[in-house]
Amino acid sequence: MSEPILQIKNLRTSFRLEGRYYAAVDGINLEINKNEVFAIVGESGSGKSATALSVTRLHNPNYTTIEGEVLFGGQDLISIPEKQLNGIRGKHISMIFQDPLTALNPLMRVGAQIEEPLLYHSNMNAAQKKARALELLEAVGMASPQLIYRQLPHELSGGMRQRAMIAVALACDPQLVIADEPTTALDVTIQAQILDLLRKLQKDTQASVILITHDLGVVAEMADRVAVMYAGQIVEIASVWQIFKNPRHPYTRSLLASIPSAGENSGRLNAIAGTVPTLRKMPRTGCRFARRTPWISAAAHQENPTYHEIEPGHKVLCTCYRSFRFEGVNGGDK
Amino acid sequence: MWKMILRRVLILFPQLFIISVITFILATVMPGDALSGLVDPSVSREILELERERLGLNDPLPVRYVQWMRGIILEFDFGQSFTHRRPVTDIIGDRVFNTFLLSTAILVLTYIIAIPLGVLAGRYKGRIIDKIIMLYIFTALAMPTLVLCILMILFFAFNLGWFPSSGSVNAIVLAGGDAWEIFVSRLHHLVLPAFTGAILGTVGIVFMLRANIIDRTYSEYVTLARSKGVPTGVIFRRHILRNSLIPVAAGFGFAIAGLLMGQFFIESMFMYPGMGMLFVQSVNARDFAVVNAIIIIFSVLTALGMLLSDIFLMIVDPRIRVE
Repeated sequence: MSEPILQIKNLRTSFRLEGRYYAAVDGINLEINKNEVFAIVGESGSGKSATALSVTRLHNPNYTTIEGEVLFGGQDLISIPEKQLNGIRGKHISMIFQDPLTALNPLMRVGAQIEEPLLYHSNMNAAQKKARALELLEAVGMASPQLIYRQLPHELSGGMRQRAMIAVALACDPQLVIADEPTTALDVTIQAQILDLLRKLQKDTQASVILITHDLGVVAEMADRVAVMYAGQIVEIASVWQIFKNPRHPYTRSLLASIPSAGENSGRLNAIAGTVPTLRKMPRTGCRFARRTPWISAAAHQENPTYHEIEPGHKVLCTCYRSFRFEGVNGGDK
Repeated sequence: MWKMILRRVLILFPQLFIISVITFILATVMPGDALSGLVDPSVSREILELERERLGLNDPLPVRYVQWMRGIILEFDFGQSFTHRRPVTDIIGDRVFNTFLLSTAILVLTYIIAIPLGVLAGRYKGRIIDKIIMLYIFTALAMPTLVLCILMILFFAFNLGWFPSSGSVNAIVLAGGDAWEIFVSRLHHLVLPAFTGAILGTVGIVFMLRANIIDRTYSEYVTLARSKGVPTGVIFRRHILRNSLIPVAAGFGFAIAGLLMGQFFIESMFMYPGMGMLFVQSVNARDFAVVNAIIIIFSVLTALGMLLSDIFLMIVDPRIRVE
């Protein structure tokens, strides 16, 4: 495959809690290829959103330290000055957030919010910017772009707001769009529409997409490759086909087992015992998922987990996947 | 928008009717009337009774209410003040201008001081400038109005002698000076009460503005704006500040309503002859004609002020604009 568009090397993002820094993203490595949809899945608190925001350093610098490298177009986004980074944000890398109601400025007309990135990344005059905004509104499937252009976010429905935010993200024809749970705040029918739209736009624009989600259904539908995150680490990375066909890490397998299947009355839903440890209580050595699978003997884990390649492009962290079997998970005999 | 204003004006009438009835009843229920206390004690009860009859004080309540309202609506006549022995309208007329002057000065000073302080404190939260501003705010918050007034008088009027401590204009200048001298004398008298009022008034606004700015700084639309590559300064002006000023603007509209209401404490402490001082004096003297008149005028002004505040908000906040 050709040169990756984005390379994340040893990214470590730490948040300050009561004077101490705790790594929410703990040394992850990723490569995003051109024209691919790369999904990052995991439970709440696994560090997927923290990763997404770290790429263009959107965390509040007063409470966050970011280490490692994020290579994009020959530049390290972690070390270049803010001003230079502003030339990339919105122009080459743009974001779509989870809740369009809170992510759109309530006092700015939709049109102005779409034009805002053009203001800093293009030489268009007012008429050209307006034409571009209308074009984008039409591209994201708005029935009456002229009307929406003049409206305020609260006048739109949830799905329309999310479409508007997608229009904002696409304004400058970015090479990479980072979508942080783009459908989580929407109801199910709208989710499907937005996913369809995202897929169509991705095909049209040939942009790469990093799709952050906790919904494996979304992954199956949208993604080319997947990274499964747990407690700030990538525990398994593979193509979508490999992940669903041959999940190896205990965490990935538990996640897949916990998807309720329609049609069969299987009684209680499968759930993974326990929760993702909080930042402060996160184990920093050994296999971080170990405590949620107590039936796996300590000897099965590596003291310092390393990645093991199962197939080309399919890697798993720690050796515990070899001795994993379902137990303690409801209906675990699947 | 015009429809909404019309609707609000129409609601005004029943509101004012209810207020006037309540005021009237409360005033008549209170002990004492125009003939008790201030009349020569040697006057016999029979004559007092006759006088009551002549003034209509023995008429049934509804009759008296209708007469009172008719005077106000048809002739803008609030009756006679028996302590001042002049029509209430005249007495209030003297004071209204003073109060308007003082309140405007306080309002303007308050916002001129509060907005920059709030913006600085919010933008540089936790830094030294924020700490200094918060120190000022907490001091002003903890300081009772009375104490602040006395300190201002003691320091600037008594010790330094820069400004007069009471009155609204120098009597000698008023009698002999030209228009310019009178104006300067008025301003000179205004400085202490206006600054005192402003110092107290800034507290809430600075607090609110600072909290708003800090809150908006961490909002998602600011993160989105940053992800668009918008420069920090523009993000502050366009995304943070505008959203933070909306609640402050709501307060400003409301403060306009208070322009003529007077500052009871400050007017009393600085012996500034405005509506506030008149109100306190009239209540103490049981001068119900004046008290009622002031309450009615305040009610009308408050209602109008609230309307004004809403219109003002509609201009600032596009979300409220009614098509």
